[in-house]
Amino acid sequence: MASSQVVEMQDSAEKRKNQAQGLERQQKKWGLIFLSPWIIGFTVFTAMPILISLYWTFTDFSLGTGEPPQWIGLANWQRLFRDSDTLLSLSVTLRFALIALPIGILLPLGMAALLNAKYLWGKAVWRTLFYLPYMVPAVSGIFIWQAFLNGQTGWLNRMLRILGFESEFFKPVLQQFGFENLPNWLQDERTLLLGFLLIGVWGAGNAMLTMLASMQGVPQELYEAADVDGASAWIKFSRITIPMISPVIFYNLVLTVIGLMQYFAVPYIVTRGVPTDAAYFYNIHFYKTAFTFFDMGYGATLAWFIFIISLFFTILLFSTSGKWVFYAGGD
Amino acid sequence: MAETTMKPKNINTAPGYSVELRRLWVYGMVFMLAFTCTIVYLLPFGNMALLSVKDSDQQVASATGSVLPLDAIRFEYEGQEYDVYNVPLVEGEETVEMALVQKGRNTSQFVDINNPEQGLVEWEGNWRGLELVTVINPKWENYIDAWNGIDFPRVFGNTLYIAVVGMIGTIISSLLVGYAFARFPIPGKNILFIVLIGTIILPGQVTLIPTFAFFNWLTNSLESALMSLGLPSAIFNPLVAIIAWLPLTLPHFFSNAYNVFLFRQYFMTLPKELDEAAMIDGAGPLRILWQIIIPLSWPVIIAVGLFHFIFAWNDYFAPLIYLLDKRELLPISVAVQVFNFQYGSRPELVQATSLMAMVLPILIFFFSQKIFMKGVILTGVDK
Repeated sequence: MASSQVVEMQDSAEKRKNQAQGLERQQKKWGLIFLSPWIIGFTVFTAMPILISLYWTFTDFSLGTGEPPQWIGLANWQRLFRDSDTLLSLSVTLRFALIALPIGILLPLGMAALLNAKYLWGKAVWRTLFYLPYMVPAVSGIFIWQAFLNGQTGWLNRMLRILGFESEFFKPVLQQFGFENLPNWLQDERTLLLGFLLIGVWGAGNAMLTMLASMQGVPQELYEAADVDGASAWIKFSRITIPMISPVIFYNLVLTVIGLMQYFAVPYIVTRGVPTDAAYFYNIHFYKTAFTFFDMGYGATLAWFIFIISLFFTILLFSTSGKWVFYAGGD
Repeated sequence: MAETTMKPKNINTAPGYSVELRRLWVYGMVFMLAFTCTIVYLLPFGNMALLSVKDSDQQVASATGSVLPLDAIRFEYEGQEYDVYNVPLVEGEETVEMALVQKGRNTSQFVDINNPEQGLVEWEGNWRGLELVTVINPKWENYIDAWNGIDFPRVFGNTLYIAVVGMIGTIISSLLVGYAFARFPIPGKNILFIVLIGTIILPGQVTLIPTFAFFNWLTNSLESALMSLGLPSAIFNPLVAIIAWLPLTLPHFFSNAYNVFLFRQYFMTLPKELDEAAMIDGAGPLRILWQIIIPLSWPVIIAVGLFHFIFAWNDYFAPLIYLLDKRELLPISVAVQVFNFQYGSRPELVQATSLMAMVLPILIFFFSQKIFMKGVILTGVDK
């Protein structure tokens, strides 16, 4: 009887084990079913297009003619480095990014620091007001700024006039920069990119919000300890706040770089689709090549080229992140 | 932090020094700073609002003068209309509002608009130096012009369809994928998750051309298949529109990294015991999802829905490349741009349409601020 009991127990243990294995298998199956939308989407809309566009960089291919892609080897890639439009657009994009990137990080950082200040009344209201312009559709925002920066009627120049920037006293200063009057910001090649930077100010809300939330998560004890040591406000900000929120700064840095490589709507709309050299950004060049001239082979090459450049910057950022991005334990 | 320099704490012991006063001063300074930033930040809105209710004359008249939509007051005198000026009839006294009837270099003939029976009054001095009497007269009809010009109801309908269909797609698919990542033992799950998050930093151009070619082929073949059916136009036209909008709706049925991340993070905060208890009761994964997880997940479902709606409303590049030759199917972003390229000579309409395009996102944001900001913070901070 005893032995039969043991056998029975072994049986049920085995059964349970089988059951557990069955359950595990079942769970795996359901997990894959639930995952399938992404697997399919990733394959169809990400992985395959990347590979196909790589293949197309070696072909001559125009949509609309109905002819299949013609293998032309490295001709597109050779053209890339001889095409003065490509080099121009790349240099416009990179030079703009060089100025826009620090602003894109420091401005939201400054705004977040301001909203995090102990001495500010009505924080929630300020936060909403600072975030608000981010909600404005890009197209609306661009037209609104175009009016604001208008040389004659725009409020910016009106304010500058009231402040006396067109008076005899300031004339020499303007002339120093080569201007007779206050500039017509978005019409003048010399101030165009400055105007773009101003338009970009409205996009700071999102980064500000994440940085602010991260700042609010910094443990108060750290500041209290620093107070005991008699640290100044700047020391506390640069030695405690910045390192503690560095993961969020890093995240925004990566997103801003990628965003700048795809900069399109502002220069395209401001210049009414016919940008001068000063506003000939890479993505406009790409758009014209692929979707105005339907030169898909060369368009794919342009796409892959900016992909490689973006990848290079991303890897560069990630490889330096170990030195300055500080991940508080766990997770 | 170890290298923080030690400094004696500054304590001001001067007599009469008030800590309270100093604190108030700091409060004031920070407040002023925030106030100034906000003013500079929000001034373009004021520019837009006031410009949108001016007519062309008002814009020309006040190109560098008042920002308000001002009209000159006209006064009718003996069958003719005249401009009205503030005239200092008697030196040092209040000016009188008078219509300028006869202009002259040194003397002009005026008539007092409150006392016209008095007849013409001569005033010595140059009328050009006088102040024109104006009244604020906003041209609300600009909004009617803009509304009709852009055909707002149709554009609104187009955008609503694109946004809502994509919203449904991304909620269903991202919810399932997020659930899979949060709860199920999938081989290679961590690598898959890194790949998913990696798609966030993938520049869109590199997938665009083949995707464009794919949708070009798909919409063309669906359209010709539809054509061969010989449907009446009342059914045919909406179907063609739905096909044309596929590039803007279909991809969202395959989830997206941000939304999956939001769902996954949220599901991981739900206690696993809930699932396990239901599983012991014999509920399958679908029933657990439907009866336990989803009823607890409304905050994140709403957040994802709102994010997508705003995204679709604002999206510019995709509709530009897929729909530019189909004017009547454009969503609001591209429609506003196309309209404004045509009507560049009427800045007031440009501003009015810009305002119309931003009303709904701003309203949604105001009414759902909390959910919204929570979502932004979750995706931005937790990664």
